Amino acid sequence: MIVQALAFYLFAAVVVGAGVMVISARNPVHSVLFLIVAFFNAAGLFVLMGAEFLAMILIVVYVGAVAVLFLFVVMMLDINFVELRQGFLQYLPIGGLIGLILLIELLTVLGAWAVAPEAGVVVGTPMPPPDLTTNTQALGEVLYTKYIYLFQAAGLILLVAMIGAIVLSLRRREGVRRQNIGAQISRPREAAIEVRKVPSRSGI
Amino acid sequence: MEGLLAEYLPILIFLGIAAAMAVIMVVAAYIVARQRPDSEKDSAYECGFEAFDDARGRFDVRFYLVAILFIIFDLEVAFLFPWAVALGEIGEFGFWSMVIFLSVLTIGFVYEWKKGALEWE
Repeated sequence: MIVQALAFYLFAAVVVGAGVMVISARNPVHSVLFLIVAFFNAAGLFVLMGAEFLAMILIVVYVGAVAVLFLFVVMMLDINFVELRQGFLQYLPIGGLIGLILLIELLTVLGAWAVAPEAGVVVGTPMPPPDLTTNTQALGEVLYTKYIYLFQAAGLILLVAMIGAIVLSLRRREGVRRQNIGAQISRPREAAIEVRKVPSRSGI
Repeated sequence: MEGLLAEYLPILIFLGIAAAMAVIMVVAAYIVARQRPDSEKDSAYECGFEAFDDARGRFDVRFYLVAILFIIFDLEVAFLFPWAVALGEIGEFGFWSMVIFLSVLTIGFVYEWKKGALEWE
């Protein structure tokens, strides 16, 4: 029990620390690396809550894929940090204004926050105890039947993401030689070889 | 709950040992070894050379496309795990629910194949 509490405070402290470093690191690549640290420790927190499946998915999907994607995005931006910092004072008023507007919006949203009456029931029926059924099994029993609309919506969102990524970033380059297997195979014999009579002692 | 976490205790111990080893090796090198740096010792020697350029070069956008397509199919496979575990309980409805999900993503897969997004050139 004491080990559990210690592990919780360790993971939680590292998550918060890494989160602060994500937004305060000067180099965006370092930010992404701190984000990976935060993901790993959040996975540790999930394990402490008994959500094994979510912990492993967090590592596989977020660390294995999303963080890599972030790295690519960061590497694609051509940011010159010296230049970026030069206009800091110049942009401070308008930046501060936008920040203030966002803060007011957030406060209005939080002020009008109403808890749904069903929320208590949902929280009141937590996941089944882990010695009865595993976390993966408990997820699978409700995800594909009870929450089928959300599940299919997830599929559609993935489809939109796929098509959107292709539409936005795929472009054909000119002047690249490509293999066209169909054209290769369908070429008739006549187009490929030619028989010529060569008279003796003279070339073609 | 306790039993589940007890199974993870060896992993926590391993993590602790790994972190301790890493820290010990770095710190011990500072404490034990003699430190007498000079500019020749610190410079890049035979097996290295001075950096030509910054490592923060720009990447081609095609890497991004490959990464995002990977994430999408990664997530699709992640959805298959609980489905496979619980298939006995959720019955035919759950089975067809997953088949619809997979066919929606297959539409995207066919689109991406026909568009040539999988070809590198």
